[in-house]
Amino acid sequence: MAEFRQIGWKASVPTLVIVLLAAVPPFLSSYWVGLLTQIMIFAILAMSLDILLGYTGLPSLGHAGFFGVAAYTVAVLATAYHAGFWTCVVSGIIIGTLLSAAFGLLVSHVRDVYFLMITLALGMVLWGLSNRWITVTGGDNGISGIPRVMTGPITFYEVTLLIFIGCTALMMLFISSPFGFTLKGIRESESRMKSLGVNTWLHCYLSYVIAGAFASVAGVLWAYYNAFVGPTYLDLTASSEVFLMVTLGGPGTLVGPALGAGAIVLLKNVISAYTQRWLMILGAIYIMTILGAPQGLWNLRWRSRSRA
Amino acid sequence: MPVKLSTTKDTGDTKVKTYRIFPPCPLCPLWRSVVVVFVALLAAGVVVGQSAASVPIKVGFIAPLSGPYVQNGRDILNGFLLYLEEIGYRAGGRQIDVVVEDDEAIPAVGLTKARKLVERDKVHLMAGALLASSGYALAPYIDSMHIPMVFPVVSSDDLTQRRRSKWIVRTGWTSSQPNHVFGEYAARTLKLKKVATIGLDYAFGWESVGGFQRTFEAEGGKIAQKIWCPLSVHDFAPYLAQISRDVDAVYALFLGRAALQFMRQYQEYGLKDRVPLIGSGSTTDEHVLPSMGNEALGVITALHYSAALATPSNKSFVAAYRARYNKVPSYYSESMYTGAKWFVSAIEARGGNVEDSAALLDALRKVKLADLPRGPVELDDYGSPVENVYIRKVERVNGELQNTVIETFPKVSQFWKYNPADYLKQPLYSRRYIPPPTE
Repeated sequence: MAEFRQIGWKASVPTLVIVLLAAVPPFLSSYWVGLLTQIMIFAILAMSLDILLGYTGLPSLGHAGFFGVAAYTVAVLATAYHAGFWTCVVSGIIIGTLLSAAFGLLVSHVRDVYFLMITLALGMVLWGLSNRWITVTGGDNGISGIPRVMTGPITFYEVTLLIFIGCTALMMLFISSPFGFTLKGIRESESRMKSLGVNTWLHCYLSYVIAGAFASVAGVLWAYYNAFVGPTYLDLTASSEVFLMVTLGGPGTLVGPALGAGAIVLLKNVISAYTQRWLMILGAIYIMTILGAPQGLWNLRWRSRSRA
Repeated sequence: MPVKLSTTKDTGDTKVKTYRIFPPCPLCPLWRSVVVVFVALLAAGVVVGQSAASVPIKVGFIAPLSGPYVQNGRDILNGFLLYLEEIGYRAGGRQIDVVVEDDEAIPAVGLTKARKLVERDKVHLMAGALLASSGYALAPYIDSMHIPMVFPVVSSDDLTQRRRSKWIVRTGWTSSQPNHVFGEYAARTLKLKKVATIGLDYAFGWESVGGFQRTFEAEGGKIAQKIWCPLSVHDFAPYLAQISRDVDAVYALFLGRAALQFMRQYQEYGLKDRVPLIGSGSTTDEHVLPSMGNEALGVITALHYSAALATPSNKSFVAAYRARYNKVPSYYSESMYTGAKWFVSAIEARGGNVEDSAALLDALRKVKLADLPRGPVELDDYGSPVENVYIRKVERVNGELQNTVIETFPKVSQFWKYNPADYLKQPLYSRRYIPPPTE
């Protein structure tokens, strides 16, 4: 009986959050609706990195690359080739995913710090391309003038919310599937998984591609939300910011990175309005998290609970 | 759930229960916290939303106040505040409130800040921005929000040419404007035949060098070589090594830290004595000139302003600026000072009514100011200033470097001597350069 009630509670809370998220926009100014939209887009990106970082144990420092490439694909197609909305969306996701499939072949053979270095290098290559392939990307100018597809921030917000819910559900399904459990096994001990007969390379590779695909979805959303794409969205700072969202929120959970994304987007936008020193505040928060909750904020809650 | 990142140790985890098995709802039971976070967020939104109704005129200001172009940004802000202080922060019978935002000289950040100014702070109009790339990034957003923005500095050509923006009022200049003059001057008066150019690799660089190349080559000169450096350039050694020794002069286009570094290295590499240096006005602009030494002496540039101009209105502006900030004003300071004067006279013309943004925009377009530090300015049919262009030479006067004006070209339009319609048929100056035809 108690268990039944617990399940009811478990199902009702996420429903409540979704209802709340769907109902708030009319009560907020367009600025806050925009911020919430940004948070959801970056939450998708952070959760996709968490598939790699938290579940498979592969620390990627080039994850914003896929986000950026998908965004650039949309921008280039929509402005230079005047392609239709669906062409842009589909090509954005496909090109981001294909790129992660290609990069995956290079990076999936290495682990730990070597993985970090190679993904960092590949991320820099993408940034270099965005910065120097000026005929296509416009270099430092970036690409502006991506046509607005939805009227009003609230419509865009609702669509983003739907995609956010969809992506979250898919990712939850993914990590709680046998495949997801194998990934966790690889994270804990790859040699053991190998001795069980699991093709660990293939698992790592696929997790990399899937993470890239979700990052591309976020990138496409961002291109349409921001209507401007520039090299700053796929540089090292962007990648480490996503990394920060995941580690701050709690790797190995999906809620953690989403909260981390929310915290960092809010810090960047709200605190920076009051002080020029917001980077210091962010740094201080990060140091406190590392000292007080090295596994991220969300995992801190978990631990104290299981101990109690 | 034991969460550890890539460890080979045995976790000793025997409570396998925590790995809940598919399909029961895979969400963890702590969604309550999520609710708390969003309720807090909602509350914050309500608080902020309430403070929006305001009586004073709200002006949003964007400039780089951190990063490599902070000096330019500071000068812009200084010029802005100097004028507002002169008028006591009042125009059209209403108080002026200023909201200052830092765009870090990154177009993407500028866009985020503009969004904040318009949607959260509900500003009535905006002013500022530095880089040409920021200008292009902001334009579509500003047009979609119908908030007038004054661009006193941003010089991206196409904002008043092929991609005219309805809601942007340019009071500064276009990148190619002084360079059209300068290309002709370099060929006719300086008698240069072959020039190498080295410049920052973005819109401002391409358009300035493009304008110079067009008129210089039309006069029979030749651009022998073009070298582009990224905006984040730190060391000029690899670029200086590429400069051909077989040219009459080097045209340099830099600003901020890059300008200082370039000048120093140009001398260190022994190039200064062999190949004379000319360039864009920003390279020896007063925002970096006081930090330069003898390496800057003799450099000839073109711009629509020099702090050394001997007109009465400039002299009093320079004196006021020196008294307030204890340094010489740069073209950035003058631009924003003028920009502030510009929108204040539009607000006065509207009798302080800034709520009607379409009428305010109209008033902004009709402003004509003669008594400006840089000389008279009025907007052409395309919304770009027609103003004097000065050829300046760096000299040391009373121990201080200054841009001495050696020649004045009055009433220069963004189209130079070309017919606007023909001019606009050609594409914008790009990294690969494209114009002419037009004759």
